Amino acid sequence: MNAWIQAIINVFINPIFYKSTLNQSTPLIFAALGGVYSETTGVVNIALEGIMLIGAFGGVVGSYFTGNPWYGLAVALLLGVSMAALHAWASIRYSGDQIISGAAIILLAQGITGFSLVELFGKPGSTDLVRSIPLVNLGSFEKTPFFGKIFGSLSPLVYIAFASVIFSWYLIYKTKLGLRMRSVGNNPEAADTLGINVYNIRYFGVLMSGILAACGGAFLSIGELGQFTENMSNGRGFIALAAMIIGNWSPTGAMWAAILFGAASAFNDQLQSQGILHLATNTQYLFGMIPYIITLIVVGGLVGKSRAPSADGIPYIKD
Amino acid sequence: MVSRLKKFYMNDKIIVPVIAVVVSLFIAAIVMLLIGKNPFIAYGALIYGAFGTEGALINNIMKATPLILTGLAVGFGFRAGLFNIGANGQLIIGALLATYVGAHMSTFPFYLSIPLTLAVGMVGGALWAAIAGWLKVARGAHEVITTIMLNYVAVFIANFVVNGPFQAPGGVPKSPEIAYSARFPDLLTTGATWLSAGIFVALAAVAVVYVIIEKTKTGYEVKAVGLNPYAAEYGGISISKNTILAMAISGALAGLAGTMQVMGVYYRYLGSLGGGMGFDGITIALIGQNDPIGIAFAAFLISSIRTGSNQMQIAGVSKNIVIIIQGIIIFLVAANRLVKSLMFWKKGAEEA
Repeated sequence: MNAWIQAIINVFINPIFYKSTLNQSTPLIFAALGGVYSETTGVVNIALEGIMLIGAFGGVVGSYFTGNPWYGLAVALLLGVSMAALHAWASIRYSGDQIISGAAIILLAQGITGFSLVELFGKPGSTDLVRSIPLVNLGSFEKTPFFGKIFGSLSPLVYIAFASVIFSWYLIYKTKLGLRMRSVGNNPEAADTLGINVYNIRYFGVLMSGILAACGGAFLSIGELGQFTENMSNGRGFIALAAMIIGNWSPTGAMWAAILFGAASAFNDQLQSQGILHLATNTQYLFGMIPYIITLIVVGGLVGKSRAPSADGIPYIKD
Repeated sequence: MVSRLKKFYMNDKIIVPVIAVVVSLFIAAIVMLLIGKNPFIAYGALIYGAFGTEGALINNIMKATPLILTGLAVGFGFRAGLFNIGANGQLIIGALLATYVGAHMSTFPFYLSIPLTLAVGMVGGALWAAIAGWLKVARGAHEVITTIMLNYVAVFIANFVVNGPFQAPGGVPKSPEIAYSARFPDLLTTGATWLSAGIFVALAAVAVVYVIIEKTKTGYEVKAVGLNPYAAEYGGISISKNTILAMAISGALAGLAGTMQVMGVYYRYLGSLGGGMGFDGITIALIGQNDPIGIAFAAFLISSIRTGSNQMQIAGVSKNIVIIIQGIIIFLVAANRLVKSLMFWKKGAEEA
């Protein structure tokens, strides 16, 4: 028992835990924000998982063929927006079932990435190593005890993620466009009567979710290591949806929930590596399920208290 | 008038999935052309790989067996208005429990151990799915998120179990074998492939699900909740009870799919046992339009594509194209108004 307490203390006093929390939260923040955009305008988007995956793949492909990881990010965004556009097209233009369309996008993303992986890199499983987006080095700050180790060298995408939260909060709550998004998501009929183009606003929301989720995916692949592995989004799109729900469909709320999930995951990794616990190798599987169980508990425990936009998931058919 | 409307609807029920399948195969052919492969050769290889030899046909039927069941699982959920995306997890838990019980059946005669192992596999899947059903009715948690999370948890549980407490020595992580008395008899053997009696269990399940949906009070109530929960409740049908029950039945079918793999194919729990069969179940349910008989045909379609894809891979087209094909099918069924608008000959009748 003492060993466990010691191990937990060791995790918390180690700056690596906090750095890892930031890194694990970043893709979730991006994707959860994406969910906020889409669902604020009334379109449920479980396709986030697939968009992240294709974003991760696009990042590596772009970086591989141009040698420039920023072009990789551009390719990621392009592919992400395309997938989101498909989802938008089916669910807005053809008022299709948004959940089923989302599931189709997830399968498409798995198929396209798996297929292209073999075609472009000649083998299944994972790609070659490519150049990743260079980290932001804070120079001498890195030598600052504790904080230097946390913030000294992070991916620029980490900063972009947090900047996106502030930007999104401003856009959704403080601008005319944001007001339109919220009214379309809550009462499309009324919005339509006021002359707002419901379809265009919904397209905007879903396409934004494509950009953001693809950023999250790109972070997974070219944020640090510079490699894509099959199905590397690994459920993060769904965890991000849970974060969005816990965060009550607000950008800041989603961010805090994403950080909570990131911290749980980082805690997990760090605790397992504590030598004093003498863990058997198969306990990694027990630890591995913890983030998913936490998601289940919070989705089950909090959902009654958070409120989705009233018209979320309901296609709007203009009379 | 009513019968004409009904005919029209029945028509769409068949035409939409058929068009979806054809269009998806066509798009995949374009992809093959783009990478410089001949789609006729590839599809030829696919057909040969699925039907060309006795072994291929047996493989095809063996693959269809669990797919019929996951298709029924997802389809039954849809009828109740539930999207059970967690058939994979239910399949894993069912298979794991069935393996555990099956491994302890060596002193039992087959007429006890086979039904017992089947029952345990179904109960395992049912309970796992019922968690999501309960979370939905008691806590309002959407089943899509909860069943997916339960999928991951199931995978980790299985990995933990076959890497420790229930592990057979040597090679890849796997459980010990089940007893001979708990295995399905082989009906036919060709080379390294065999046809197990599992296909009859799957076909029986088609009949049972058909009867449940069409002929029983349970089926009526579940459908009523699926169509309009508030109207159903107003009519005295409990939403909570039927949601949990529908999830449990759906999960039992998925658990049975996993049990088929244990009793007829691997005779143990293997890490790769689930594969993507839960996701395949979604494609199958959508192609089969949630109708048990339609699902059986759709399962054979998907199993043929899957079985044939190995031969297609040898002909130079990656198997992953099958996943793309399935994605396109699901997408087109979701956007069925798009498909209907493609049916130009009905443009006058349909306002798409």
